This record gives sequence, structure tokens and C-alpha cells, in this order.
Amino acid sequence: MTEYTAEGGHGAVPTEGVPTGSGTTKGSWPLYEVFVRGKRGLNHVHVGSIHAADAEMALHNARDLYTRRNEGVSIWVVLASDITASSPAEKDPFFAPAGDKVYRHPTFYAIPEEVPHL
Amino acid sequence: MTATLDEQELQGRFEDVIAADQRIEPRDWMPEAYRRTLVRQIAQHAHSEIIGMQPEGNWILRAPSLRRKAILLAKVQDEAGHGMYLYAAAETLGVDRAELTDKLVTGKQKYSSIFNYPALSYADVGVIGWLVDGAAICNQVPLCRCSYGPYARAMIRICKEESFHQRQGYELLLAMVNGTDAQREMVQESTNRFWWPSLMMFGPPDADSPNTSQSMAWGIKRHTNDELRQRFVDMTVPQAEALGITLPDPGLAWNEERGHYDFSEPDWTELQAVISGSGPCNAQRIAHRKRAHDEGEWVREAAAAYARKQESRR
Ligand SMILES: [Fe+2]
Ligand SMILES: [Fe+2]
Repeated sequence: MTEYTAEGGHGAVPTEGVPTGSGTTKGSWPLYEVFVRGKRGLNHVHVGSIHAADAEMALHNARDLYTRRNEGVSIWVVLASDITASSPAEKDPFFAPAGDKVYRHPTFYAIPEEVPHL
Repeated sequence: MTATLDEQELQGRFEDVIAADQRIEPRDWMPEAYRRTLVRQIAQHAHSEIIGMQPEGNWILRAPSLRRKAILLAKVQDEAGHGMYLYAAAETLGVDRAELTDKLVTGKQKYSSIFNYPALSYADVGVIGWLVDGAAICNQVPLCRCSYGPYARAMIRICKEESFHQRQGYELLLAMVNGTDAQREMVQESTNRFWWPSLMMFGPPDADSPNTSQSMAWGIKRHTNDELRQRFVDMTVPQAEALGITLPDPGLAWNEERGHYDFSEPDWTELQAVISGSGPCNAQRIAHRKRAHDEGEWVREAAAAYARKQESRR
């Protein structure tokens, strides 16, 4: 008997004997990462990705997918393959230089309590 | 030797992140079984959203008013969006959307059993929003805290939109039960058909669901099938009362001692049958999806050719 359970949103699906893919791409449209500015004054924030034949189509599709309810006033799309990223590990030595510089934080400095506005 | 030690250290870090209730992100090391479980779950979740457009989509051209038509169109469009958010999340695990679509139309991956039931009347649009999206909300809210970051974030977006789905369905039913006797009868008849399949959406009883415990240990699943089913029943009974309709279960009764409603056991052989392909609409759903995909082939090719041409002119 195939094992099945409630997985994901709408419930019962099989969990055994389900192939999970080889990771090979079949010449589909390239992948774009999508960044949305929620409103004026905020940074663009990564919201997800989208496939499109070109950048212009990526913008249109991203609008339809990620801003159906006024979630954005501006969208950036970037080819996923153009992104350069640091390594993801949290204990990454890449971020070590910031680790021992406590004097960069205001709380490092003891100031007498009676001194105002500091 | 060092390779095994490294593996152990990586495994240790992975477990620390899970234990601290933090999120695993795409480029983190993760156990292969964790990755596979997520690909399977997210892909089949995405397929469910996509196939889930069909039962209600069938009614868009026959909506009783422009208002209902605009609402239904927006709802079905949301479901397409849910599918896209989820395919995007699955792709962060190193699979390709085109391959997942291929696995859906060739039947190697499945979608939820509930979408193999037909929508036979416009009351079904209301009942699907109320019960099916309602059950989906019960399943999906805990997934907003799933240990895999991209899946959790997709679920947060989805849950915000599901609330509209459930409320538009319930409002439609309210309009119908305040209408004619025939309309009230339609609501009751539709509820009778969808009640048991909705309970089956939570999967088999916990005792028959051995994979659940591993998914819970990984922070992918947060509550068991039976817990979520009970939560759904408790939420739904007063909603049915407010509509003035009955739920088709003579065993349904408030249990003072447990502080929950008791209810009868769904027919698990039916769930088995529907999942393994013998539901009322299984073949039709896949045939429709495959046709839509095949008919879109020339559009995908033309757009790619146009993009290449534009690129060469730059
Ligand atoms: Fe959905
Ligand atoms: Fe929905």
C-alpha cells in the first residue's frame, strides 16, 4: 500500500514512490529573482522568483504574481544566475571581521548617567 | 575519515538550527532525506494549487452575476499564484519547474485528493471556499513556521490570501440560505457531498501515518493529521449552525469532557481509492492540465525565440 498523508495545503497526497526530480533543466525560460518596494520610503525586498523569456516579461509576470493586492510600487527583476552571494553558513569566517569590534556599538561606551542627551 | 567527521559536523549544525526554531535556507547543508521530503511536499502542494483551479474554474463563465464572476476569477487567479509561489520555493531546492510539471502530467507526482471531486452547482463554489479552503487554512497556517525558509515565506503570502477565499465562499452561502427553499437545498446538498472529502484532506489517522513523526522532528509538519482534523471540525460546526444547515454525520456531538466535538470516522477506503486514481475526476483533471500545457508550447517557444532575437540585436 502506498503511504500517503496530509502534506502541504490541501491534504492527502502519497509520500512513497514519488520521484523528486533530477535537477536537470529542460531549456525552460530563465529564472529571475524578484524584489518589490512595498511603498515609498522602503527598500526593495526579495519576494521570490519567476520564469520569463526576457526581463520585460519577467517584470510583467512579477507584477501579476507578487503585487495583486497593491503590495508594491516598484519592482526589480534580476537574472538569478547573475547574483553573487556569500557562503550561507552562519559561522562563516566571511563575517568574522565584524564579530570582535564591539567598539562600533554605542553601548560600548560608559557615560555617567547625569550627562544629558548622549 | 575527515569526510565523515565533516558530515557529522554539518548534521550537527543542521540540527542546532532546527532545535533553535530557526530557518534552513536554500544554500545551507541539509540531509538528503530532508531535501527530498521538501521537494515532494512542496511540488505536490504546488500541483494541488494548480489542479485546484479546475473545479471552480468550470463555473467562471456561468457565474450568476458580474460581482460573483469577478470574485471567482480573482480567487482562481490566486490559486494559480499559490502554485507559482510554491514552484519557486521548490526550485530553491535544486529542481526545475518544467520537470515538476512533467512529473505532474505523467502522473509520477500527485496532487490532493480533494480536487478529484467535481463542482456540480454554484453552491459548490461557496462550499469549496468555506470547507475546502477552510481545511486548507488549518493545514497551511502551521506551515508558515516550517523549518525551510522559502516554503515558510511562501505560506505566509498564501495564508493572507486564503482568508479572502474562505470568506467569499461563506458569504456566498449566506446569500443562498437567505434566498429560496431551492437555494437552501442546494447549499445542504453541496455540504453533504463535500463534508467527508474535506475531513479526508487531513490525511489518514495518525496511527496509519508513519512518515508524520519524521516530518515533525524536522519542523516541516507542526501538528498531526488528527489534531488538525479535530481543529477543523471544532471551527466548522458553529459556522454550519450559523448557516442553518446540518453536517451529514449523525455521530457529531459536543463532548463536554474533551472540550471538542466528537465525529465519525471518514471512509478511508474512499480516500485510498481517490488517491490511487479512481476518484470521479482524476483522469479528467490530468488530461485538462496536459492539454493546457501542450497548447502553450508554441507560446513558450515563440517568446523564447523573440527574446533571443532581441538579445542578438543589442
Ligand atoms: Fe491556494
Ligand atoms: Fe484557496
